[in-house]
Amino acid sequence: MRQRFLNRINFTDIALGIIGAALVGLIVIGSFKTLAEGNYTTRQWLDFVVFGIAQGSIYALIALGYTLVYGILRMINFAHSEVFMAGSFTAYFAAVSMAKSGFLESNTIIAVLILFAIAMFTSTAIGVLVERVAYRPLRRAPRLVPLITAIGASFVLQYTFKGLYGDQFKAYPEIDTLKGSYTWGDINITKVQVVVILSAAFLMLLLYLYVQFTKTGKAMRAVAEDKDVAALMGIDVDAIIVRTFALGAALAGAAGILYAITFRQVNFFMGFIPGIKAFTAAVLGGIGNIPGAMLGGIFLGLFESIGPILFLDGLNVPAPYQLKDVIAFSMLVLVLLFRPSGILGERLSRTKA
Amino acid sequence: MAMLDLTDIHTYYGNIHALKGISITVNKGEIVTLIGANGAGKTTTLRTITGLLKPRVGTVKLDGEDIARHKANDIVYKGIAMVPEGRGIFARLTVTENLDMGAYSRNSKTEYDSDIQRIFSLFPRLKERRNQIAGTLSGGEQQMLATGRALMAHPTLLLMDEPSMGLAPVLVELIFETIQQINKEGVTVLLVEQNALMALSIANRGYVLQSGAIVLQDSAEALKKDPTVQKAYLGME
Ligand SMILES: Nc1ncnc2c1ncn2[C@@H]1O[C@H](COP(=O)(O)OP(=O)(O)OP(=O)(O)O)[C@@H](O)[C@H]1O
Ligand SMILES: [Mg+2]
Repeated sequence: MRQRFLNRINFTDIALGIIGAALVGLIVIGSFKTLAEGNYTTRQWLDFVVFGIAQGSIYALIALGYTLVYGILRMINFAHSEVFMAGSFTAYFAAVSMAKSGFLESNTIIAVLILFAIAMFTSTAIGVLVERVAYRPLRRAPRLVPLITAIGASFVLQYTFKGLYGDQFKAYPEIDTLKGSYTWGDINITKVQVVVILSAAFLMLLLYLYVQFTKTGKAMRAVAEDKDVAALMGIDVDAIIVRTFALGAALAGAAGILYAITFRQVNFFMGFIPGIKAFTAAVLGGIGNIPGAMLGGIFLGLFESIGPILFLDGLNVPAPYQLKDVIAFSMLVLVLLFRPSGILGERLSRTKA
Repeated sequence: MAMLDLTDIHTYYGNIHALKGISITVNKGEIVTLIGANGAGKTTTLRTITGLLKPRVGTVKLDGEDIARHKANDIVYKGIAMVPEGRGIFARLTVTENLDMGAYSRNSKTEYDSDIQRIFSLFPRLKERRNQIAGTLSGGEQQMLATGRALMAHPTLLLMDEPSMGLAPVLVELIFETIQQINKEGVTVLLVEQNALMALSIANRGYVLQSGAIVLQDSAEALKKDPTVQKAYLGME
């Protein structure tokens, strides 16, 4: 009996438990000290929250692309971050020319909608192309193979865009109409944040309704569960897979515009960090799970914007905000170690092709 | 007239020769059963008919047209629906959504409404549970759902892969009665079963499959009396 029990807990479990407990301890002590010191006003905390939600909405939109594809193919589409970059980068040229002609200021709403359309179209085209060229021929290959072509496709796209548009950062034009902010009591929210949060929420609602209630949406869920049986229903599995890629890519394209109006610069390498963050968000919410990706994105955005100050300031870490990426990626590692299934999903390691 | 006609089918899994030249005929209006031990190739035969597997040699004729190399998702439009082995319900979809998927190949909203009413009158249990997630249904209810889902496609030929598997005797009886009723309404049935006695009691004709080859074929009555069938599949000495 005793032997069996000892066999079941091994050294790794103990080591992990200690690391986990230590981290939780640090977080609790850090948060407690930060709050006790009271260096930050309510207003500042609320700023962090608003910033976190806006940032998180962008992560959520990108995360949906990872989760949709994983749900249907049990595969991580590592080229997704470049699909995001492609839309944002291509729309940049339209943004610049609309800024020059004054259209961006005189008809901001139409102009921004045009930018969305261009980015979403470009991203969709690239997303579908990647599926066709890099993944579909390998549908029956061992799982590692499409992972390698995904990384390959990612590089091809990065260097294609570098070759086409150069490697400097390019400044997205600033839109005067979107300057300024609204204030209610202690809550202060910039117009850009309003645009980001509302458009992301609108797109996520559309996606949810599409997947939940349309014939194609239901077919996507059926294909995600069992491709053979779905085919017997008359569902063209390949066509549904293409639509899934297209849907995820279109959302990434939209996220590209939201990212561009928030940070106002683009570059061929811009997809990398948001891509990994969004992947973290997808894993956090439970990869393959659509509401999970949305929640995971918002949660990661909040965690990243509040976390550094809350956890680290009280521990007298200098410049805690510089560590926000460290916090985000530590979270990915921790989730993978302690709860691979994420908040809502199934276990990443246990689901097989 | 032959509705479904398999001629000299050879199907492989990689190098494994699973079907070694089988020929099966199903006439319009019949219930035909395919019996055989575990691993004989029954499921492989159905998967070959539906296009999920492509035979290396041989033809699968449906009303005279060779469909052996059609894509699986075209087959249902030809009038063939299948209740897969292990039921194959979409566990995370609701009961109604599963039935919707069964009707994927259909376009008429008015027919959809009357079809779903028909399924609900055939299986009142499904009506009670229509908004339930299918994965939480009992085994018997899942079998009803898989059958109902196949019928939503208005098949002229229904393929059933071991519908009695894992069900209590009462439920097995219910499923077999349903098969007979569906058949009376004009649906031709090819029934794969390990429960040979039940299958032969409702079938017109039967085939016995052994290690990927047809070793016997006859009317159901004659097969029930056949000494080898009695010994191997009916558990009689
Ligand atoms: N995916 C596969 N890869 C390799 N061999 C397979 C595969 N599926 C089935 N086989 C083999 O093909 C043969 C026929 O299998 P099949 O599933 O058709 O049998 P069955 O008659 O349906 O059996 P059961 O009554 O157990 O369902 C078996 O020997 C089986 O091992
Ligand atoms: Mg079988």
